[in-house]
Amino acid sequence: MLEVNNINTFYGRIQALWDVCLKIEEGEIAALIGANGAGKSTLLNTISGVIHPTSGSITFLGQRIDGLPPHSIVELGISHIPEGRKLFTDMSVRENLEMGAYSSRVWKQKQETLEQVYQLFPVLKERAKQLARTLSGGEQQMVAMGRGLMSRPKLCIIDEPSNGLAPKLVTEVFEKIKSLREQGITILLIEQNVRHTLEIADHACVLENGRIALEGDCDELLKSDHIRKAYLGL
Amino acid sequence: MNITAFTFKKSLVPGLLLVILVALVTLPIYGSLYNVILVTSILMYANLTVSWVLFSGSTGYMSLATAAFFGIGIYASALFLPTTGAVFPVLVVVLIGGLASSLVALGVGALTLRLRGIYFAIFTFVLVVLIMELGIWWELSVSHLLGRYVILVDNNVIFYTMLGIFVLVMLTTFFIRRSKFGLAMRSIGENEEAASHIGINVTMVKVITFAISAFFMGATGAIWATKLTYVDPHVAFNVLFSFMPVLMAIFGGMGNIYGPVIGAALFAYLQETLQTEFPEIYMISFGFILVAVILYLPNGVLGLIQKLWKRISGGKRAHT
Repeated sequence: MLEVNNINTFYGRIQALWDVCLKIEEGEIAALIGANGAGKSTLLNTISGVIHPTSGSITFLGQRIDGLPPHSIVELGISHIPEGRKLFTDMSVRENLEMGAYSSRVWKQKQETLEQVYQLFPVLKERAKQLARTLSGGEQQMVAMGRGLMSRPKLCIIDEPSNGLAPKLVTEVFEKIKSLREQGITILLIEQNVRHTLEIADHACVLENGRIALEGDCDELLKSDHIRKAYLGL
Repeated sequence: MNITAFTFKKSLVPGLLLVILVALVTLPIYGSLYNVILVTSILMYANLTVSWVLFSGSTGYMSLATAAFFGIGIYASALFLPTTGAVFPVLVVVLIGGLASSLVALGVGALTLRLRGIYFAIFTFVLVVLIMELGIWWELSVSHLLGRYVILVDNNVIFYTMLGIFVLVMLTTFFIRRSKFGLAMRSIGENEEAASHIGINVTMVKVITFAISAFFMGATGAIWATKLTYVDPHVAFNVLFSFMPVLMAIFGGMGNIYGPVIGAALFAYLQETLQTEFPEIYMISFGFILVAVILYLPNGVLGLIQKLWKRISGGKRAHT
């Protein structure tokens, strides 16, 4: 579904990604793991068009998308749920969600999509009229995810959803991500919480110093010595 | 009982607006010449303030380029309505002033709207100075004119043109705020990164809004020039006109579209009265009033009115 081929991305003169390749199959949860500064968010921002790679190509459903601006990429069906939630804090929950359907392809169906999002996150319906900044961290993450779903994505990129959440809420968020897969949405999950991630994902890539260090099915990765030592502390 | 109270409240604002509009339209019939001129300058400030809020209030980009766009409009009149003979009718020149300003805004916006925060504010301020210096250079070395004279236009014509622009800028602001485009502007003001992630073409939204707001500033400048009658670069690109709209918007409150108008009206009226009654201390007292407003009325005069109104109308309900 998504193919990243040998991309190199720079911030000014500093190279952040080195020949990164990534392949995501339709209907799976693909995971990208790695430590702080490994280049995870850079890779995501490159996919969603916020920054452009210097070389290499990215194709989505057979179409080249590297070089397209972010809003065109959203139109094509890639939704990016950014790290740190980035809500419109002085808008209501409902307005936040509706803004998610901004791209013209889905604007007309926003009522219908809103009902589906409410079904997935019932708490958001209760909170619909509240300002987003008055919600708890976990609820804010739900708003961010709901907003990302409002564009009816085919591929949903979720950046660090467990960031800053209590362990109990982390489990809840991961449950929601699993239920997205059941609805046929392909997911690219970026996480530092390696154990949880490998448990729900189908396929994972490990990014180290801007390069893909390891990739494979999650069952295998969980058994790999490198993963166990470096990421699981076993 | 409840229903009547509800419909009363609902029709209060449109009713009030209609009364004000009728009072304004008929002003030249019952008002003195002095009043017509005073209201004209209030409307001038209101136009600049509302156009400023249209862009800066919602997107959060603090523009200090108002004087540049206003001045371009003024120069449109200086060029096309000279005392040696008007090139075009007044209304056409007003349109030219607006279009010229929005063209400049399109260019400048496309180049600079990637600057954020204080950098954007500084750049827009420098733009005013830059255009003024260019104007001075041009007049000195190319046209060899110190200043230009603009034809005299009947005070009522100036007044109605200003009022027409005012109605247009209010309607534009009103409809943009309720549109999908307005939502996009608001979300840029709240979190630009998130706005681009949800599929908003943020650069386009910003540049277009900047150009719309510049259009009204330019049109206002073009008609204002016929009241000034004498124009040179220092008069046209007076940086005071960059700061006044900001102060007036803060003074009135930016919560909705009436705040800036109230701010501009009170401010312009105060300025006029203080300047004529207490010319020595007018700037000082002005400063004090502004400090007091910022300290004690964070939502401006409009916020105060809303608070009082709530106390009168909502207070009773709270007890039942």
